[in-house]
Amino acid sequence: MTTITRRDWMGVLARSAPARLAHLLGATPQHSILRNPEIGAVMVRGRAGATGAPFNLGEMTVTRCTLQLEDGLIGHAYVQGRDKAHAIRAAIVDAQMQGPDANDIFARIVSPLLLDENVRKAAIASKAAATKVEFFTMVRGVD
Amino acid sequence: MYVAVKGGERAIENAHAWLAKERRGDPDVPELSTAQIREQMALAVNRVMAEGSLYDPDLAALAIKQARGDLIEAIFLIRAYRTTLPRLMASTPVDTAVMAVTRRISATFKDAPGGQILGPTFDYTHRLLDFALLAEGEVPPAPTALTGPAQDMPHILSFLDRDGLIERAAPSDEIPPDLTRAPLELPADRALRLQALTRGDEGFVLGLAYSTQRGYGRNHAFVGELRIGTCPVEVDIPELGFAVEIGEIELTECETVNQFTGSKSQPPQFTRGYGLTFGQTERKAISMALVDRALRWRELGEDFTGAPAQDEEFVLSHCDNIQATGFLEHIKLPHYVDFQAELELIRSVRAAAFASREAAE
Repeated sequence: MTTITRRDWMGVLARSAPARLAHLLGATPQHSILRNPEIGAVMVRGRAGATGAPFNLGEMTVTRCTLQLEDGLIGHAYVQGRDKAHAIRAAIVDAQMQGPDANDIFARIVSPLLLDENVRKAAIASKAAATKVEFFTMVRGVD
Repeated sequence: MYVAVKGGERAIENAHAWLAKERRGDPDVPELSTAQIREQMALAVNRVMAEGSLYDPDLAALAIKQARGDLIEAIFLIRAYRTTLPRLMASTPVDTAVMAVTRRISATFKDAPGGQILGPTFDYTHRLLDFALLAEGEVPPAPTALTGPAQDMPHILSFLDRDGLIERAAPSDEIPPDLTRAPLELPADRALRLQALTRGDEGFVLGLAYSTQRGYGRNHAFVGELRIGTCPVEVDIPELGFAVEIGEIELTECETVNQFTGSKSQPPQFTRGYGLTFGQTERKAISMALVDRALRWRELGEDFTGAPAQDEEFVLSHCDNIQATGFLEHIKLPHYVDFQAELELIRSVRAAAFASREAAE
């Protein structure tokens, strides 16, 4: 049994590369669209001084979509960017992850996406680690 | 008063067709794809996203291609596009403490917990043209090192904060004002100033920041921390009743430590300036932090010295390059009726002047 929460799998789907998700999902199962894929903007906020009062930093493009599978399960997607097909696929997987096949879907789609993400993050972290510096202050006026 | 003109459709059409041809350049040279711009002109893409105020690298690359590399024109295209998008919601404030950093340096503490990471920087290069780039070739992979267990990257200023040596940036959940929804009203609060600065023109904000360093509203800034990396963006989804991550964005954050203030009731403390920008845009983030700090003079009980960087109305009214270029460039468009009135005026004034001179003789 998988222990991943819906919040987490929706995050993984949103962050996934559209081509990769399309490949892992394969043929899209039958579904009916409840809310057409819609491209919009989300205002990203920051905090003054990193921890203080919020301010508006700027917007990002987001596509959202809601659909229903034949067995009645409803899936939502909010994904970065303007790829409507990607939003539909993410919503399909979100619906499937709530159904009886969740373990299978997790193993076939969500788990490989998580692995991709970890590999990508580790590659960046290891390049960053190679540029870690130690600064020494030079002592002046000492023989 | 501006009076519209008609006509010239044919010439305008032909001018735009020629523009398209010039955009393509010499057809013997392979055409640039937007993916190439996104990947290989990434810092231009980042600037267009930051000042266009819309995070979408593909669209920023398209805008740069369409604008023939004129970044302000590209920013204009992005600003125009963003007005067509429905605003779905606002994110919860990004938590830069969990940033997956590619760069993180401090000019104030050499032994910062978590370490100093240079990342892919131009710093310490010799600024000599690299003629090897004239020839196409493979780039060797970047060196890597073992990372060990994931380390926390606490904000460096939090150590000063813990000892009470720096003013606190106390959290709040206030809904910030939004420049894109309501006209700018002065005096502006800090949230509005930060929004204006983060989308402001890099050159203008840099110039103002430099002026504070040269003594026009000096506040003696140290870069306490500069970090670049990706942060998740999270929104509350009303139909689900919980928050989900909708993606990741690259951000640059600069926190400055500035000269202290104190009063009878408060012991002296360092003060803060803050910069946060889309993408890898560190010149802009540092500039933003210096100007943010200069604009805080009233709140910190400092003197207004008349310096431009302290003048909120001056800074906020002029930092937007789309407003600026829109007003500036409109003066090249036909003003025939305007100018006709000026011509008639000067002719009548001159005639009167000649007449009075003749009468005197």
